[in-house]
Amino acid sequence: MKTTNILISGFGGQGVLFTGKFIAYEGLLEGKEVTWLPSYGPEMRGGTASCSVIISDSPIGSPLVPKPDILIAMNLPSLDKFEDAVVPGGMIFYDSSLIDRDVKRTDVKAFPVPATKIAGEEGMTTLANMIVMGKMLKESALFPMDAIDKTIAKVVSAKRQNLIELNKKAISIGSEM
Amino acid sequence: MADKVLMKGNEALAEAAIMAGCRHYFGYPITPQTEVAAYLAKRMPQIGGTFLQAESEVAAINMVIGVASAGKRVMTSSSSPGISLKSEGLSYLAGCDLPALVVNVQRGGPGLGGIQPSQSDYFQATRGAGHGDFHMLVLAPASVQEMASLVFKGFDLADKYRMTTMILADGTMGQMMEPVSLDMGSVNEYDKSWAVTGTKCERKHNIINSLSLLPEELEQWNIRRYDMYKKIEEREVMYDEYMTEDADIIVVAFGVAARVARNAIVAAREKGIKAGLVRPITLWPFPKEILKQRAKNAKAFVSVELSTGQMIEDIELAIRCTRPVLLASRVGGMIPTPEEVLEKIEEAQKIGGEA
Repeated sequence: MKTTNILISGFGGQGVLFTGKFIAYEGLLEGKEVTWLPSYGPEMRGGTASCSVIISDSPIGSPLVPKPDILIAMNLPSLDKFEDAVVPGGMIFYDSSLIDRDVKRTDVKAFPVPATKIAGEEGMTTLANMIVMGKMLKESALFPMDAIDKTIAKVVSAKRQNLIELNKKAISIGSEM
Repeated sequence: MADKVLMKGNEALAEAAIMAGCRHYFGYPITPQTEVAAYLAKRMPQIGGTFLQAESEVAAINMVIGVASAGKRVMTSSSSPGISLKSEGLSYLAGCDLPALVVNVQRGGPGLGGIQPSQSDYFQATRGAGHGDFHMLVLAPASVQEMASLVFKGFDLADKYRMTTMILADGTMGQMMEPVSLDMGSVNEYDKSWAVTGTKCERKHNIINSLSLLPEELEQWNIRRYDMYKKIEEREVMYDEYMTEDADIIVVAFGVAARVARNAIVAAREKGIKAGLVRPITLWPFPKEILKQRAKNAKAFVSVELSTGQMIEDIELAIRCTRPVLLASRVGGMIPTPEEVLEKIEEAQKIGGEA
């Protein structure tokens, strides 16, 4: 009976909520119990946004994630705000091209990913989130990596099917880092 | 699992309303229920239904009265301050004995309050939705699945008893996504020969009205309604239980508070405290009988609420104050943590042991 609590945070517009939705859908397709809860408020582009995702083998109680096992921080305010909340032994994945400090905690595993920089170089500026998520999926071994294609087809909207290959590429860049 | 989709509570609720045969929606945007209106704005035109963004909440509830009078399934939704504006209409719906479905995705109050989740409209929903002697059926979903299934059920109950069903949700239930099955089953048809649909000169006029200037007559209207409420209290109570069989401490919570309470109960059990959860699904009618029954073996109760203590009064009434009832609560848009609830359970264990 395993439960993984995930918190994803960053600027509005970085695809934070979408990243959470992707992970939740992946869980659903793998037959897990899942919840996805966004922070909501008078938020705007450039402000902070976050979402809580829980993946579990058993029914989920509270959908809130005050103590994440996995933190994805896409900007400095997010790392500042949530670093201390991560459980000992947990994992922090962060966009090291936007966050110019190291993780201070020594009792967690830190994974710096220069995602925004790579995304720029690869011509996929809006997919830094998928690069970090690729790294997270690989390191956490939450799901089998070969199940991801199915999820992409499900999550990427019908109007944007042309982006499927690009999303796949972003995830694989992250996972192979 | 294959047939399940990931949806926001507000959207699942809206889709379930369509599946229940609702083709008329009137509303006005307010966080955190706006997705209900946004979803229906997209869906209703596709299926020949009516989506109308009214000029105000007051206008929307009066449009609901109109469609309900014509015997069609109709819904409006809002969040706390907007529900207060609908108060007059809710009283008129009751006075006219009209079926309708009203959704309150609660936020912190009073006044404009905030936009984060709350359960502080419990009194309003179960006691004072408007002036006069009346009740609404009040259903409290605790998952996205229930956001859908209780709307489906809520329309049915509204038609069955010709009264308003309120879905009393909170910001969390509206905003969160969970896997949901939209396999809702078939829609029951009810006799609506009372509806004002035009006589075609073939029958007597039907009249929908809440005014009577003869106190003898108005008294009878009220008594008839309360006789029906009694039947509803016997027939329609819904609740869920978790680990209550051997419980010394009975936690009572609905909606998101029940989800948090479940974590706390698991933690309490790990510490050797026999705690269990009674989760009211109908807040009116309140599940009094099961609480009375559980009080026989329980030492103490804990009410978990996102309010300063409203449902706790119903718990005390239900068990006639035979056991101590403690309150675990956060307000103003805050949600208690499982640890905070666990602390109360431990305190209840201590007090219960002394009693």
